[in-house]
Amino acid sequence: MFVINCPYCGPRDEHEFGYGHEAHIARPTLEQQGTMSDAEWANYLFLRTNTKGVHFERWVHTKGCRRWFNVARHTVTHEILKVYKMGEPKPDISAENLPR
Amino acid sequence: MKQAYSIFTLVRNALSYHQDWQEAWRSPEPKREYDVLIIGGGGHGLATAYYLAKEHGITNVAVLEKGWLGGGNTGRNTTIVRSNYLWDESAHLYEHSLKLFEGLSQDLNYNVMFSQRGLMNLCHTEHDMQATRRRVYAIQMNGIDSEMLTREQVQEMVPILDCSPKARYPVLGASLQRRGGVARHDAVAWGLARKADERGVDIIQNCEVTGFDIVNGVVKGVQTTRGAIGAKKIGIVVAGHSGVMAGLAGFRLPVESHPLQALVSEPIKPILNTVVMSPQVHVYVSQSDKGELVLGAGIDAFTSYAQAGSPPVIENQLNALTDLYPCFSRLRMLRQWGGIVDTCPDASPIIGKTPVENLFINCGWGTGGFKATPGSGNVFAHTIARGEPHPLAVPFALERFTTGYLIDEHGAAGVAH
Ligand SMILES: Cc1cc2nc3c(=O)[nH]c(=O)nc-3n(C[C@H](O)[C@H](O)[C@H](O)COP(=O)(O)OP(=O)(O)OC[C@H]3O[C@@H](n4cnc5c(N)ncnc54)[C@H](O)[C@@H]3O)c2cc1C
Ligand SMILES: [Zn+2]
Repeated sequence: MFVINCPYCGPRDEHEFGYGHEAHIARPTLEQQGTMSDAEWANYLFLRTNTKGVHFERWVHTKGCRRWFNVARHTVTHEILKVYKMGEPKPDISAENLPR
Repeated sequence: MKQAYSIFTLVRNALSYHQDWQEAWRSPEPKREYDVLIIGGGGHGLATAYYLAKEHGITNVAVLEKGWLGGGNTGRNTTIVRSNYLWDESAHLYEHSLKLFEGLSQDLNYNVMFSQRGLMNLCHTEHDMQATRRRVYAIQMNGIDSEMLTREQVQEMVPILDCSPKARYPVLGASLQRRGGVARHDAVAWGLARKADERGVDIIQNCEVTGFDIVNGVVKGVQTTRGAIGAKKIGIVVAGHSGVMAGLAGFRLPVESHPLQALVSEPIKPILNTVVMSPQVHVYVSQSDKGELVLGAGIDAFTSYAQAGSPPVIENQLNALTDLYPCFSRLRMLRQWGGIVDTCPDASPIIGKTPVENLFINCGWGTGGFKATPGSGNVFAHTIARGEPHPLAVPFALERFTTGYLIDEHGAAGVAH
């Protein structure tokens, strides 16, 4: 069990939040959609990095402010390394350069 | 040759204070090269090796396991076996496995304690009843046993279930697969290992695969913590670590790894002689031969490689349990644990080729692959031996995520099992 620091409400218990899976998967633009192959669609819709290590993912504060945000979390230790807002770029954290 | 297990060998060994039992399988040093390497010594990997040797005459095979045999999901599941799946593709595949389970103890000369005590899916709403009826009819059309029970029939089979109209979750009826039940998970792994070993398969524990040797898109071998091992063909059967293996081989999968938890109670006298699942209220329960209640529910929502989940999942599951069975409210729980399950977007497995030549994969069984152990190994062995998918495995190819031909079993697999 972990505590997530909602950027809008502060630290709250995990059970207040909903999980939004992998972050930074860009929805194809209308223009791209017209020419995308089936394989590209599969990549967008289904294929995931499923990282063992630092994973960038979306969470929503369902039982609070109901706003979405991004989290960098280690999938082995469940340690949350960074919470950042939607639209912000992926922070430069990997299993090798973990902030300590 | 292995010494056959029987009442006579038991008596004979008792006379020598059980000091002279033959080892169940060898622990050889890995050879430099094999015809086939299987990565992952869970039930599915061991079954694959066993059927490669038994049905395809391929015995120069090694199973590489990073930990100990069956220490992954094979030894952590709640052991439910059934084949009552909605879609034809799944029904045929899981029924193939159920049939193999029915003969497995004989085939392996190892008691896997397969107990066909029946498996019930409860319905709590009118909608539940309609959806379940539809599923039961679809399953019957595939020639698989499945029937509807009325509320009275459910109450008669499970007297401790609160079927009263004022129950928090009223029971309107249930589906029943009489041939469903439970089996001893460790015994399945050990029995398969013993027989695979007898036919010449090398079972190598404490050997983690850390990389692949791929030349011009063709796999040639693996790097392991015990050195490089070459192979003509390789099968990946690592469940929760499938994404990691695919990453090492340079491709991606439509799979996410999640914790799935289970727990058992203190042992009590026999009180429940069937398996009861409630997909809506989200708990399933059976009673082990030792008398413990074996309880399971759904996955933790987040991606994880820790074999542990969060307490709220357990809390929900126990709330559901005590709502349905008030008499369990003072029962103490003994142990709780988690495994990492490999979930697919359509809740169906992936069996077949990968983008790398001679590299095959069998994964995505998620929350419900124990029941498929012999069937999965059987069709995967065929797929590896022939280089072409077994007819039952064809619909489960990785390509289905490109063609869009998904086998959406979420409805039929409402909870984890
Ligand atoms: C709590 C829980 C309850 C469940 N309940 C049920 C149920 O009631 N009914 C049902 O049908 N299914 C159930 N399941 C699902 C079922 O357990 C799995 O689908 C099935 O056991 C998968 O078998 P496997 O052999 O593919 O995987 P595993 O048994 O997990 O074997 C994979 C093996 O690969 C090894 N491995 C991983 N990486 C490497 C590497 N790099 N090198 C070498 N080896 C590696 C692992 O150590 C592991 O031993 C449950 C699962 C869990 C966790
Ligand atoms: Zn908030």
